Amino acid sequence: MLSKIVRTVANQLILFILIFGLYVIAHGHLTPGGGFQGGAVIVSGVVMLLVAFSSKELKKSLRERLLSIMESTGALIFSILAFAGIGTVFFYNFLVGTPIFGKIPATGPGPGDIWTGGFIPLMNLAVGLKVAAGLSAVVLAMALFSSGEEIEE
Amino acid sequence: MRQVIGLIVLLVVIAFLVSGMLLFIHPFGYPPSDMDDYIISNAQEETGSNNVVTSVVFDYRALDTYGEATILFTAVTGVLLLLRTVKRREESS
Repeated sequence: MLSKIVRTVANQLILFILIFGLYVIAHGHLTPGGGFQGGAVIVSGVVMLLVAFSSKELKKSLRERLLSIMESTGALIFSILAFAGIGTVFFYNFLVGTPIFGKIPATGPGPGDIWTGGFIPLMNLAVGLKVAAGLSAVVLAMALFSSGEEIEE
Repeated sequence: MRQVIGLIVLLVVIAFLVSGMLLFIHPFGYPPSDMDDYIISNAQEETGSNNVVTSVVFDYRALDTYGEATILFTAVTGVLLLLRTVKRREESS
């Protein structure tokens, strides 16, 4: 555990890091970024908490088991979305033109609309959940393993 | 003697590779296929996504992303399987 200054700053900063990661994930079909990048941003916030507080403190609020379940949920949503348009072709973008995320933007540069993109925003959310939860579980497991802590099942 | 032979072989291989690169490379900005032009002009209309890179990653080449996610899933599973330290129960032995 580091000093009180570092812990306070990390406590204030984690909200902004999480919100920025969620922004990168949710606007993946409009601005640079996407599920993988936003998930990595969120994991960097978790690593900051892990450095500021110790893994003993962090394990009280972050469960590896819950993170593993979240990662599997993300992978499951990704697979379901992949198979949902199987009538046409694998990974068919079946939501373009429908009321859900179905608006089609004008060709050429433009600011864009959040309500476009077909199933791409949903896949971004699924991949973001998967990357954030999976890499957090890996980092947490490595920190707990190197510190010699034990998890209660 | 062996070092001299090795140096000559190395130079021949490097000359072969560099000559191949100089002879058969495409000019900059002129790729050998029309796929990029098709994607740039049709991606917004077909996928509805303003970010064409994301439309390629998650729509046109989504199977590749699926494999990438599978690699990540396998890596996380392996790390958790190896490094998860669960407290042993005393009475169950």
